[in-house]
Amino acid sequence: MSASVAAMQSVVRKQRIQDWFFHKITMVFALTVLFVLVGIIISLINGALPALKEFGPGFITTVEWDPVNDQFGAAIAIVGTLASAGIALLIAFPVSFGIALFLTEVCPVWLRRPLGTAVELLAGVPSIIYGMWGLFVFAPVFSEYVQPLLKSTLGALPWIGALFKGPTMGIGILTAGLILAVMIIPFIASVMRDVFEIVPAVLKESAYGLGCTRWEVVRKIVLPYTKTGVVGGVMLGLGRALGETMAVTFVIGNAAKLPNSLFSPGSSIASTLANEFAEASSKLHVSSLFALGLILFIITFIVLSGAKLMLMGLSRKEGVK
Amino acid sequence: MIQTKNPVYRKRLFFHRVGMALSVGAMSLGLIALMWILATLLINGFESLSFLMFTADTPAPGSDGGGLRNAIVGSLMMVGLSTAVSTPVGILAGIYLAEYGEENKIAQVTRFVTDIMLSAPSIVIGLFVYALYVANAHHFSGYAGSLALSLIAIPVVVRTTDNMLKLVPNSLLEAAYALGAPRWKVSMMVRLRAVKAGVMTGVLLAVARVSGETAPLLFTALNNQFFSADMNQPLANLPVVIYQFAMSPYDNWRALAWGGALIVTFSVLALNILSRTVFAQKAPK
Repeated sequence: MSASVAAMQSVVRKQRIQDWFFHKITMVFALTVLFVLVGIIISLINGALPALKEFGPGFITTVEWDPVNDQFGAAIAIVGTLASAGIALLIAFPVSFGIALFLTEVCPVWLRRPLGTAVELLAGVPSIIYGMWGLFVFAPVFSEYVQPLLKSTLGALPWIGALFKGPTMGIGILTAGLILAVMIIPFIASVMRDVFEIVPAVLKESAYGLGCTRWEVVRKIVLPYTKTGVVGGVMLGLGRALGETMAVTFVIGNAAKLPNSLFSPGSSIASTLANEFAEASSKLHVSSLFALGLILFIITFIVLSGAKLMLMGLSRKEGVK
Repeated sequence: MIQTKNPVYRKRLFFHRVGMALSVGAMSLGLIALMWILATLLINGFESLSFLMFTADTPAPGSDGGGLRNAIVGSLMMVGLSTAVSTPVGILAGIYLAEYGEENKIAQVTRFVTDIMLSAPSIVIGLFVYALYVANAHHFSGYAGSLALSLIAIPVVVRTTDNMLKLVPNSLLEAAYALGAPRWKVSMMVRLRAVKAGVMTGVLLAVARVSGETAPLLFTALNNQFFSADMNQPLANLPVVIYQFAMSPYDNWRALAWGGALIVTFSVLALNILSRTVFAQKAPK
């Protein structure tokens, strides 16, 4: 009897040790993700230090990017990044909302899956393909037909007219924004679709029971219930747009000067990195590129954290429903 | 119908119709974009697609012909290595989050960071690998490229593994515990096995994601005009070749870029569809 108890105890002890190892080993792997984040931040700061020392905090606001004379400032790239991502967001938000609305409320049930898959496929297309399509197919059409139209209509308006002037080359800040919009629409739309689906059917049915139209149900029930999730989805899209490299590099024009209209070429942080990093020779140039990377990482980290917090708030709400 | 004469009702109906019409318009816009991109790829890609593309290496500037053999082989090697690295790391990390995630702060922070890293700019990952590896080794290499791709793939695998494991019903786990199984056995042999198809989906999605990544390879793997199977040297790869050839002034380079774009896109989309159909799995019964 006591022999079998002892045997059992030894089995239990062995299992405890195995479980301890299991816990620690899986933990080490989980922590690699954290270490990578810490590593990224440290290596970016480390790489950026010489440039930040040389130029000081003025680096962010200096409008100059001159590799020949070793003078660097981030303002041009920051403006290009924010402008193109902002345009993308302005266009992508209503369109993704329409798509999510269509997929959850309008579309016949048998079409939902194939159309949902089509939207997700759009998200799966590699960004370099968007870039090639943007440069070789979209930009010529855009400069031929759309830009002259915008110039003659919106360009004639008093205030915003200044945004739509200059030569219509097809590439530039506006084109980059449009291509980015096409890229982030699937991301935002699928997040929105997911959050729309968590609205309790009882709420919607009550509204329909009162005689609401489908639009009113969406506007007054679905949207208020899911607004943090919708904002979270939009911020997720913004985070993607800010850091997108290849698509922007193809179409933004890669000019190291401040854009004076939406038609003029510019550069974003990511496109500057893609174009110059492998060929940068002077120490200060490399370091300034690291500083740009650091700025980009900080901006996207804040935006994506905000998105995540908003979406987490919504899933808590789903929990108490 | 009496209500249709009611101005309030007609106004509401009007808004409803406008809203629905805009929604249908938005959906068509999305579908048109997808069709337009795919049509562009098919038309330009098939024109240049030939047997030579898989047997010849990338041509020198200005010379005729050539193919993409070295780039295809390089891409396969780097994606293969990064999958081999990121799959076990991602799955084990995912198991940790699912098993111990509810109880402690570290796991919750890790889960949060994983979600951020899913959307973090891939070019910054390239910078990190450059600073970590290339700057210390003093040369670009296929290993550095694989490392960058792994870092992008790991969060995808972690996230799907974690989500899938949470779908396993507690009763199944409790039955295993009741038989006296230790935690690691329950976790690996009951819980993970119950959702292995779902975890495979995550791995496939990660492969699809990294196959088209260009930005992190620009200054890690760089490119190589010649055929090389040495991972310790700069390695040709499809995305960077497509980028360089598309931006070049040579017609045959651009044609090759379209062919490469066709290959990459359809591999990525095929992986996406495969993961959705063959390995599609809902919560286990």
